Amino acid sequence: MRHTPLIAAALVLLAAGSGLHAAVLPEDRADVMYHRYDGGGVVVQGPSVLVRKSFGQSVSVSANYYVDMISSASIDVVTTASPYKERREQKSLSADYLRGKSLYSLGYIESEESDYTAKTASFNISQDMFGDLTTVSFGFARGWDDIGSREPTFHQSTDRRNYRLGVTQVLTRNMILALNYEGVSEEGYLQNPYRSLRYLTPDPNLYTTGPEIYPRTRTSNAASGRLRYYLPWRAAVDGKYRFYTDTWNIHAHTAELEYTQPLWKKWVFNGNYRFYKQNAADFYNDLFPRANFQNFIARDKEISTYIGHTIGLGASYEFKLASFSRLQKGRVNLHWDHLLINYDDFRDLTGTATPGTEPLYKLDADVFRLFLSIWF
Amino acid sequence: MKSSVVKASGSLLLLTLLAGATGCKPVQPWVKPYEREHLADPIMAMDPDPVSSAYMDHVYEVREAARGATGGSGGGCGCN
Repeated sequence: MRHTPLIAAALVLLAAGSGLHAAVLPEDRADVMYHRYDGGGVVVQGPSVLVRKSFGQSVSVSANYYVDMISSASIDVVTTASPYKERREQKSLSADYLRGKSLYSLGYIESEESDYTAKTASFNISQDMFGDLTTVSFGFARGWDDIGSREPTFHQSTDRRNYRLGVTQVLTRNMILALNYEGVSEEGYLQNPYRSLRYLTPDPNLYTTGPEIYPRTRTSNAASGRLRYYLPWRAAVDGKYRFYTDTWNIHAHTAELEYTQPLWKKWVFNGNYRFYKQNAADFYNDLFPRANFQNFIARDKEISTYIGHTIGLGASYEFKLASFSRLQKGRVNLHWDHLLINYDDFRDLTGTATPGTEPLYKLDADVFRLFLSIWF
Repeated sequence: MKSSVVKASGSLLLLTLLAGATGCKPVQPWVKPYEREHLADPIMAMDPDPVSSAYMDHVYEVREAARGATGGSGGGCGCN
């Protein structure tokens, strides 16, 4: 019997829809995490609680509550503003519906702090096919941000659309490949109201500061590939690469390598290295020659040229919870990451020097994640 | 002469593609279910701890210009 590829694909989809071989919902579990970021004069810490529970054979619901408690005396605020403390809360809810080999997901995220509210609604569909060797997914998200500042009359907004495509492919009995694409389109107020740029005064030994002006649109494209491989001595190695480009003419490369090694039955250790490189946006400069030098003008280090390195180590210990009827097992996890960012064109203004000759800024930061996971 | 060779080659290519297309059988899984023991091992999970990976995505998203294609489904970072 012969089929055209189109009919074959249609039959596979039909079979998937009829529930011939049911895929599975994510596991029921609860995670309680304490996270801490400490670097560059900024400490951000707080809890994150994630609970996922299934109802019947085809519905799974998850909820997350996340808090950032921020204490900031970053290079940006000590040179042009005042240190501050802030709290950000994020709540999210998502529901997955499994039908055959299709998984439909709806999600909603709301993030709130005193001067910034972000709301995001998302939809995702994924489909297992070709004997469950391939999973194709498509996602769309829509976001609305409301931006304020310490100035009571200041009010701006941003509209965002995310388009996601993904393919996960089993290549061999030991190797999985994942390919992802995401396009993001934003319109509105895309800058930080607390940041400012600097430019030279008629006296070249002095500079003064002024307001930034960002474009009101930004469209980005990111594509990534990832391979995870099972090693013969029961360990896993994972390699990722992502290319990013946007309409501000920023190009970025991200590469990451991770190694996972289980030991002594209950322990799992892992280590990772991440490399990140980006070039500056077209309208970025550390020091402009004069005021109103160009239409769009900015000095945010996040859109400057730099290279970042991260090394990370993690350990987890799994334990059984046999004495509890509903709880199956638990795991304690501790991860530490060290970030080092070397800026190529963003200078440290905390000292005194002729404008444009200050030392280049470097950021060192430690990131900790301590969390308990329970499966039930 | 040259144009007829080009036409003939084009027709042959088209016929080959059509024959190939109509000859396709449904894709057979080349890794059978009973051969997926290693892939099912928890250490091979692409996202074993979503609470943790979502947090690290946020840490990077706040400090980097690049965003997206991480396989996650984050929203606005609220990071001014």
